Amino acid sequence: MGLAKRIIPCLDVDNGRVVKGVQFVDIRDAGDPVEVARRYNEEGADEITFLDITASSDNRETIVHVVEQVASEVFIPLTVGGGIRKVEDVKRMLMAGADKVAINTAAVFNPEFVKEAADSIGSQAIVVAIDAKSVDEGKWEIFTHGGRKPTGIDAIEWARKMTDYGAGEILLTSMDRDGTKIGFDNRLTRAVAEAVTIPVIASGGVGNLQHLVDGVKEGGADAVLAASIFHFAEYSVGEAKRFMAEQGVEVRL
Amino acid sequence: MVQKIAVLDYGMGNLRSVSKAIEHVAPDAQVCVTDDHEWIKGADRIVFPGQGAARDCMVAIGEHHLNREVREAVQRKPFLGICMGLQVLMGFSEENDGTELLEIFPGKVQHFAADMPGDNSLSLKIPHMGWNQVNQRQQHPLWEGIEDGARFYFVHSYHVVPEDKPLVAATTEYGVEFVSAIARGNLFATQFHPEKSADVGLRLLKNFVNWKPEQCC
Repeated sequence: MGLAKRIIPCLDVDNGRVVKGVQFVDIRDAGDPVEVARRYNEEGADEITFLDITASSDNRETIVHVVEQVASEVFIPLTVGGGIRKVEDVKRMLMAGADKVAINTAAVFNPEFVKEAADSIGSQAIVVAIDAKSVDEGKWEIFTHGGRKPTGIDAIEWARKMTDYGAGEILLTSMDRDGTKIGFDNRLTRAVAEAVTIPVIASGGVGNLQHLVDGVKEGGADAVLAASIFHFAEYSVGEAKRFMAEQGVEVRL
Repeated sequence: MVQKIAVLDYGMGNLRSVSKAIEHVAPDAQVCVTDDHEWIKGADRIVFPGQGAARDCMVAIGEHHLNREVREAVQRKPFLGICMGLQVLMGFSEENDGTELLEIFPGKVQHFAADMPGDNSLSLKIPHMGWNQVNQRQQHPLWEGIEDGARFYFVHSYHVVPEDKPLVAATTEYGVEFVSAIARGNLFATQFHPEKSADVGLRLLKNFVNWKPEQCC
């Protein structure tokens, strides 16, 4: 027995409200991040990730309040991504009660930012989010802007570089699989997991519970992140964990 | 009498999570995140959290003049160290090319070895991040209601190696068996984060808040 593989539900938050239709039959307000986070915690989620998709920078403060409220009630690790561009942003999120921030586009445009953030705050709080797309056999490239803009950067090289720059963890999303429900790109996950010494979270493409198992066993992921299968109550986090345990994956039950 | 609990603030780490978790289990207590010496002196209990690099932590403790406060508190009051708040109690850390620590207890802090074999044909990842089993190595009031082997949340790359083996309150497996909690008299310190460990973590904090060590106060 040892370290458990983590199951991480991810919530999209727009102007302080959970969007992309979280649907629980017996929840009072499915748009309330606190209520949804509380539910996931009760089901046994190992961490929760909030992705702030608020478009207007005027409304950026709303996510800070969301984190404050959730952190006052839910005592598991919280990660916040979206719009983290300066060390100040990182500090504000941590002060609000987040444990980690996910840095995505800002890392691509300014890799030094990752170094600066890790140096001043500590690697444990810095997750680098990588959105990768297959461009050739066994080759993946970083894309920005929701997978629309290529950068010419090789995903594996980038993961190594971000590790050297002080990232504590990598959140790896396959843009080919995101939203498809056909499973993670396990070859991508394994290629990155083998290339770096830090934990890798697999993301993008989960449609059923076997996909979570495959992400760990085939992909070698340390954690698996999923959104829609949990939101629509197709499966509870608890069901996912029991299934994974039956398949021989060590989880926290 | 309202119980006063000081969460020592030296600018290192997620103090809000710690104070919120304690407020949650001790709604009647006065919980203060502070570096104020008077407040700390008057507090009934001390929580000593910490995150980040060893040298930065030691520098910050110095800048906030908390060195003496910590030394006094570990002698006198129920004291809970968390993460770096455990590590800095040792004598010496390998981190940052070697860092002198508070040396409340003899012992060192060392890095997990690279390339320890893990599962799925990969090496174990560092930091050790996530929920791992805490095997209780002594009976202690802080373990009350917590199953032996319960999982707590960890995030760290270094671990303590105390010289004094009777200090060991828990061990955890990650490539090696390392010390994940120590206890002596009025002091308890954990490598894991009870404030991030859901119900078992809250239970440990509640046990701490209610703890009446025999040899103090």
